[in-house]
Amino acid sequence: MSQMRLSEVFKRCKTEGRAALIGYLTAGDPDVASSHKLLARLASHVDIIEVGMPFSDPMADGPVIQAASERALASGTKIADVFAITAELRSANPELGIVLMGYANIAYAMGFETFAQKAKAAGADGVLLVDIPPEEGGICDAIFAAHGLDRILLLSPTSTDERIRLADQKGTGFIYYVSLTGITGAEMGAMDGIREKTRHIQSMTDKPVCVGFGVKTPQQVADVAAFADGVVVGSHFVSQITSHDGTDAIADALGSSALAMHQAIASGA
Amino acid sequence: MSLSDQKPDLTSIYNLEIKHAPDAGGHFGRFGGRFAAETLMQPLQEIEDAFFEAWADPAFHAERLDLLKNYVGRSTPLYHAKHLSREVGGAQIYLKREDLNHTGAHKVNNTIGQALLARRMGKKKVIAETGAGQHGVATATVAAMFNMECHIYMGREDIRRQAPNVFRMKLLGANVVPVDSGTATLKDAVNEALRVWVASCEDTYYIFGTAAGPHPFPLMVRQFHTVIGQEARAQCIEQTGRLPDVAVACVGGGSNAIGLLHPFYDDADVKLVAVEAGGHGLDGDEHAASLAAGKPGIIHGSLSYLLEDEEGQVKGTHSISAGLDYPGVGPELANMLEAGRLDLDAATDTQALDAFKLLTRCEGIIPALESSHALAAGMRIAAAMRPDQTVLINLSGRGDKDMGTVFELLGDEIEGGWK
Repeated sequence: MSQMRLSEVFKRCKTEGRAALIGYLTAGDPDVASSHKLLARLASHVDIIEVGMPFSDPMADGPVIQAASERALASGTKIADVFAITAELRSANPELGIVLMGYANIAYAMGFETFAQKAKAAGADGVLLVDIPPEEGGICDAIFAAHGLDRILLLSPTSTDERIRLADQKGTGFIYYVSLTGITGAEMGAMDGIREKTRHIQSMTDKPVCVGFGVKTPQQVADVAAFADGVVVGSHFVSQITSHDGTDAIADALGSSALAMHQAIASGA
Repeated sequence: MSLSDQKPDLTSIYNLEIKHAPDAGGHFGRFGGRFAAETLMQPLQEIEDAFFEAWADPAFHAERLDLLKNYVGRSTPLYHAKHLSREVGGAQIYLKREDLNHTGAHKVNNTIGQALLARRMGKKKVIAETGAGQHGVATATVAAMFNMECHIYMGREDIRRQAPNVFRMKLLGANVVPVDSGTATLKDAVNEALRVWVASCEDTYYIFGTAAGPHPFPLMVRQFHTVIGQEARAQCIEQTGRLPDVAVACVGGGSNAIGLLHPFYDDADVKLVAVEAGGHGLDGDEHAASLAAGKPGIIHGSLSYLLEDEEGQVKGTHSISAGLDYPGVGPELANMLEAGRLDLDAATDTQALDAFKLLTRCEGIIPALESSHALAAGMRIAAAMRPDQTVLINLSGRGDKDMGTVFELLGDEIEGGWK
């Protein structure tokens, strides 16, 4: 396997003439054992998985992902469980892109060096820390690079051209465009504006530009996939955990939802 | 003597030079910075630009200082607490009377400054977090005066224990939004305010209440509060002929502490003491002493000391005073501590309550429970000093808001006649 698996994923999708589908779940939600199964099911229909690291203070997340963090922590999820879940995903899915996503303090508390070692050993390809913007990357960029971990950076509707250039210089793997000024799980904005900004970012970088925040339906996935290099679905998948009873039922709902989105991408290609 | 002569205009002693500035990224040594989500990076940059532009504009200060004088009532007195000093039996205790500010605490120094900035930036709406409700009241107050829409985020638990302030905010026209997530206290109110701000930064200004958070808030909040220490420094010289030997302030996020202590930063002979909330004691988990018992961590946009578990999850805190009940602390205080320019102390709930009682009975001044922590430690320090020495204590707020809490704890004792 190539060291930079994420770029392989985007190359493969491009060859297939489609955008990548990226799914998010919080590790340990609702508990570690169930979470293993749910992520395994999601993995069979997406190209990249964002494994959420639960945090006590998820400042950029809406109620759905906040509650996911609370459930995971209440059921005793530790960072070691996040790595174990990641390792299991990796061994069952050699081609899957895996990104660890969360807040700075989890990695900072462990020490970035130890965190990077463990993340890499577990089979993660990249790290997305919401509250470490490029300006503060001095505390982790070199360490992640030394371990062959991509550092995924975010852009938003408020990002200026200067900031787009900064993300292009400092980020690796892909750029995650947050399609709305708001928190995760909010209602998606007008598609025209999202398309315009995404294309503008694409014109300024060679890196794949993936679009997320508020994407909930196969139709939205298809609409975004028409111009983005990848589509991220988070809160919609997480919300399956509370709208179905029992791990099997949740897994089935996740599987069929992810499948429908995958088909929406493929058919729109 | 004319009326105005009786209250000398101290405007001339305010120094507008920005001393000990952080680096361009807002770092105080290895602390601080701007650890914010991408969506907030540009809005924060705009606030930083607006702040530096305003700070260089004499018209901004003219309006700010006029409001501080004629609306807030500055300068606040420096009071030689002779009866308390005698009771303690050591150094002379001087109280910086921030409790006499309009709205009852130091918080308004900052909200005036930031509201002026918000208006300058063309924002019509302000939001804020609050713990004890003092910052919420101070924000609601200036929002009423400037005719701005105002939303205050407050933990459900704090709403319960600070009911009078909640009502004051509502009277002032603010919308008080209860926060139920996490521990339903100040840290969760900050989380929620940040979430709301991410979605509304186009037309909304976030009036951050303490000298923490992402750059430029720690610097800006400090600059707006240094009037406290600058006045106190001049008043000490005027009243005692010299600088104090020790300056003491309580620390939650650190706004009144940095405001009092920073102007003494370069006075090497003045010992600077930050008093944290010891809650039920520092040996357990029920306190809010981030500097004494925490370790460096990243929360709410900056790197500073943080109370967290071994996994990096932020811990719940405990203090009798809602205003100190916060697991983080401002980055500049963290840097001053590591640089050896700050001494740490702590007062437990019980010690703070005892100090509250003593000041009330000795001097007829009912302090806020937050400030009572500074008093408790300050009296302890003074007791070990000589009568010709002086201890300056920041009385950051008045205790009216704490009547409910104190009634629950002391009601029976007082009805029976405390001694």
